[in-house]
Amino acid sequence: MSEAALNLSEVSFSYSKRQVLDGVSFTLEPGEFCVLLGVNGAGKTTLFSLITRLFVSRGGSISISGHDLKKHSRKALSQLGVVFQQPTLDLDLSLIQNLHYHCALQGMNPSKISDRLQLAMGEIGLADRETERVRALSGGQRRRVELVRALLHQPRLLLADEPTVGLDIHSRQAILKQVRRRCHEDGIGVLWATHLVDEVEPQDQLIILHGGKVLARGSAEEIMQQTGTDSVKQAFNYLTRSETS
Amino acid sequence: MKVAQYYRCMWGIFVREALRFIHQRERFLGALVRPLVWLFIFAAGFRSVLGVSIIPPYETYILYEEYIVPGLAAMILLFSGMQSSLSMVYDREMGSMRMLMVSPFPRWYLLLCKLSAGTLVAIAQVYLFLGIAWFWDVQPPLIGYVLAFPALLLSGLMLGALGLLLSSAIKQLENFAGVMNFVIFPMFFASSALYPLWRIKDSSLYLYEICRFNPFTHAVELIRFSLYGQIGWGAFFAVVGSLLLFLAGALYGYDPARGLMSRKQGGG
Repeated sequence: MSEAALNLSEVSFSYSKRQVLDGVSFTLEPGEFCVLLGVNGAGKTTLFSLITRLFVSRGGSISISGHDLKKHSRKALSQLGVVFQQPTLDLDLSLIQNLHYHCALQGMNPSKISDRLQLAMGEIGLADRETERVRALSGGQRRRVELVRALLHQPRLLLADEPTVGLDIHSRQAILKQVRRRCHEDGIGVLWATHLVDEVEPQDQLIILHGGKVLARGSAEEIMQQTGTDSVKQAFNYLTRSETS
Repeated sequence: MKVAQYYRCMWGIFVREALRFIHQRERFLGALVRPLVWLFIFAAGFRSVLGVSIIPPYETYILYEEYIVPGLAAMILLFSGMQSSLSMVYDREMGSMRMLMVSPFPRWYLLLCKLSAGTLVAIAQVYLFLGIAWFWDVQPPLIGYVLAFPALLLSGLMLGALGLLLSSAIKQLENFAGVMNFVIFPMFFASSALYPLWRIKDSSLYLYEICRFNPFTHAVELIRFSLYGQIGWGAFFAVVGSLLLFLAGALYGYDPARGLMSRKQGGG
């Protein structure tokens, strides 16, 4: 049996005295598309900062593809691809230069780089614009570049922190479709943080995070059944209201 | 991780820094215009006012232009080091710093690569400046240009490490302007870049001690002596000591477990 793409056990974190995450535990299997749903301030970005080791949790443990993040951080991070909430492309560099920079940061073998870059350019559909500066690309195109870039080194886990925020409906749909396909075809575990309920499909795995705690974990259909609601939006409102009251 | 992978990572960071510099023409011009204004205008105007007596490493009377060139070379490194740290604060706010930090290579290695890459870009600017100064009749011995390289490298790393330390401690981009005023200008003016320390000693003993304590003074003197084929050992040890101190502070600041990064960011 293959290792879980991501495993969190009793992860807690606080900024000074403010508790942001409280005993968060869940497992994400390879090939699983899991939506992390929560309002702004629920703790999603902090959780991502802990998984990417930008911060270190005071309590609990995190492992990526079976590698403990504290004990074997290099092995764990090498299995991780990330699309951050803020754009991380260098606007003054060309598209291809940005991708080469990522390959270097992953220490990728030069013999593999050209093939993968060629595939990546085809996937983004921007092969004819590879030498243009990223500044010239639209918001949706930049996001697609970031997504493909995060998967260039073939990680076992993809983290996407609200990557569709600010994009039009068509760009959002195109990006979601692209990620779901790669998740299914390549067996990548995907943790997709969002506050947009319309991005959740009934068969998706769903984690509802609220006030730093996991309120529900299961498929969207199961959670709707458990809460006796007809939509993810209703289920989310039901769970977060009862938690608040 | 194999040695070849470390090399690829370092090369990638170096190429990125070089490309960024080439693409940002305003930054390139700004970096060059600043010391040239000091050399062409300030030095010409103050040549008659600020006479310089014979002091090591010079063996004869020199023009004021010749005296300030090492200080202006160090100024390029100082501005570059601070600009690099400014870009790190910007990158952190904008997100691209995260790209670097989530690489599987050790964080100290990534920061050292970034620091070294920034320093090499700054040294290229210094050599361009020295080339222009050569046509302005500031002509140290040719061997001096070779010997100056390690001095420029050490000084650049030291000032870059200071910038790195500051960037780890600064919360927001807006706070950076204040820090620049409190760091760049006092460091530059309270040093031997524009006037020899004995002149400052004549005016104020207190200020003289501050200048002697200033690591930038030692960077200037290290570059000055090396340009004339000599090693200023006192300056060398002061620069190396400051480099190690600033570097240790910066690595602490960027350490996710102990550092300052996590204490100052709000959570989403």
